[in-house]
Amino acid sequence: MRPGFFLKEAIRSMRRNPAPSFAALSCVLVTTLVLGVFIPVVQATNGAANSIRGRVVVDVDLNTTATPAETARVRSEVQHARYAGHVELVSKQAGYEQERKLNPQAFQLIGYNPLPDILRITPSNPDQADALRAELDQSSPTGTRLVTDSAIAAVQNRQAQTDKILSATRIVKITMALLAALLVFSSMLLVSNTIRLSLFSRRREVEVMKLVGATDWFIRWPFVIEGLFLGALGGVCAIGLLALAKITLIDPLASTVKLISQPAMIDFRLLVVVLMACAIAVSAAGSGISLRRFLRV
Amino acid sequence: MPTPDSDILRREAPRRRALPARARRGVPAHPVAAPPRPANTPNANTVVEFRGVTKRYDSGDVGLERATFAIDRQEFVFLVGSTGSGKSTIMRLLIKELDPTEGVIRVAGRDLAQIERKRVPYYRRNVGVVFQDFKLLPTRTVYDNIAYALQVTGASRKQIRASLPDVLRLTGLSTKLHNYPHQLSGGEQQRVAVARAFASHPPLLLADEPTGNLDPDTSIGIMQLLYRINRAGTTVVVATHDNEMVDKMRRRVIELRRGRIVRDEATGLYAQDETTGDLAERLKRETNAPEPADRPRGGTRR
Repeated sequence: MRPGFFLKEAIRSMRRNPAPSFAALSCVLVTTLVLGVFIPVVQATNGAANSIRGRVVVDVDLNTTATPAETARVRSEVQHARYAGHVELVSKQAGYEQERKLNPQAFQLIGYNPLPDILRITPSNPDQADALRAELDQSSPTGTRLVTDSAIAAVQNRQAQTDKILSATRIVKITMALLAALLVFSSMLLVSNTIRLSLFSRRREVEVMKLVGATDWFIRWPFVIEGLFLGALGGVCAIGLLALAKITLIDPLASTVKLISQPAMIDFRLLVVVLMACAIAVSAAGSGISLRRFLRV
Repeated sequence: MPTPDSDILRREAPRRRALPARARRGVPAHPVAAPPRPANTPNANTVVEFRGVTKRYDSGDVGLERATFAIDRQEFVFLVGSTGSGKSTIMRLLIKELDPTEGVIRVAGRDLAQIERKRVPYYRRNVGVVFQDFKLLPTRTVYDNIAYALQVTGASRKQIRASLPDVLRLTGLSTKLHNYPHQLSGGEQQRVAVARAFASHPPLLLADEPTGNLDPDTSIGIMQLLYRINRAGTTVVVATHDNEMVDKMRRRVIELRRGRIVRDEATGLYAQDETTGDLAERLKRETNAPEPADRPRGGTRR
């Protein structure tokens, strides 16, 4: 209606009530700061957990006597399995080189290459590793193995290791999700409480405005603008601090610590936009909505 | 922006201080107030009408019980009664802060129950309200407090600047414009509250214990101010338990006891043509002198 008037009212109210304004500002600042640190941490942790989960594989051992034609046939069969993702052929020779490096003495004793060609399948979803194995290595109800292809000697998914990886990463992911939910919830409580406190100290003012005949929105606009302004200011301060931390602490470390330079990490510019939007929207909507209680006069 | 109301006010003003020449034009000094009418007979002149109004609070307390009365345009009415008798309930019903449990309230012929919540602010702009505790905005100067009543109506700064000096002069606040409420005395704060209530020249002005926090001399000043506003054509309703003041003012009195109207009389010695100056002088005289025993009593029944 009259933006100039409302803007002036908002500025007046901030000047005349510095304490609640400062409280709201620092609350938004702290919340944004915590959120700004937490978002990349959650992302990095999830990224790390996902990359570990990427190590879950199902190995299809072929018969040692399998011909290259048979290997190719099995490979194409395996590729069409339901949960199969990337399929990699670890040839007899490559496997031998690898294992000999790990256990040179043992292989020297054996004297020949006992290893078969192996098709190493990365499941499309690590949680389906068991299902993938079961599909390729079916057992009949009586316990007899039904081999999918005569060239396949065994299908194994390193059960113990897979279970460990899956359960460990699952715990990390659930913990992170819980922490994130807790953080969002507590920041919402913090912001709404601060807003309510600062509005409570001005409820008499609102009451008088109502008695003089001010409409709800006439009273509300200055509060919303104030929230908008304080939210933006708090957001800018928090982002300034984050940028400072990024430049002085994280960037120099990025080259040495792998976690920080993970490509999955959120782009700083995107993070800034997200944080600003959150800070402004929560503050403005918060003060507008919290006012409702006091408008019922 | 001279309104009919403010013109009338100007006619009153020369008695106290010099005013621009146009205000000193030869106009009759005192417009004739409406003659006192018997209660409960609404007509075209009726500003406030209560018909069988009952207000029961959620706690079970009865605020008002089957109240029926009518107040005409330009009347000056006192609501008297002890604490909890229902005076404030009537005030709160009139500004639609409360809704009646039963009965009909009409203001200027309009049924308040028909006004939807959204439209209440627009209704309130036609009713000036003055409270015992002044209810000023502590973070605003005198000028801004009064101007706020006009700002809410969407008046421009120019319009406000044009119309406020009249109100400030009327209330004697011209020298206190830039003070904050806490820098004023109680009487001055109440003047600001009256000025704010009257700033938009509402046809109806309600005052709930306006002198409750003030000493007798200051109270006289406030009553004089309300009387002056009344003379300018505004209907004034004052709730008070200051019986002495009511006696002296000699206006219509509606007495309440436990939510019921127990008396409604247009006091006989209604000094129709009394000027505000005369009223003030009489009030001061009577405050300082002992009351004559034979004078009919208006406001109290002891």
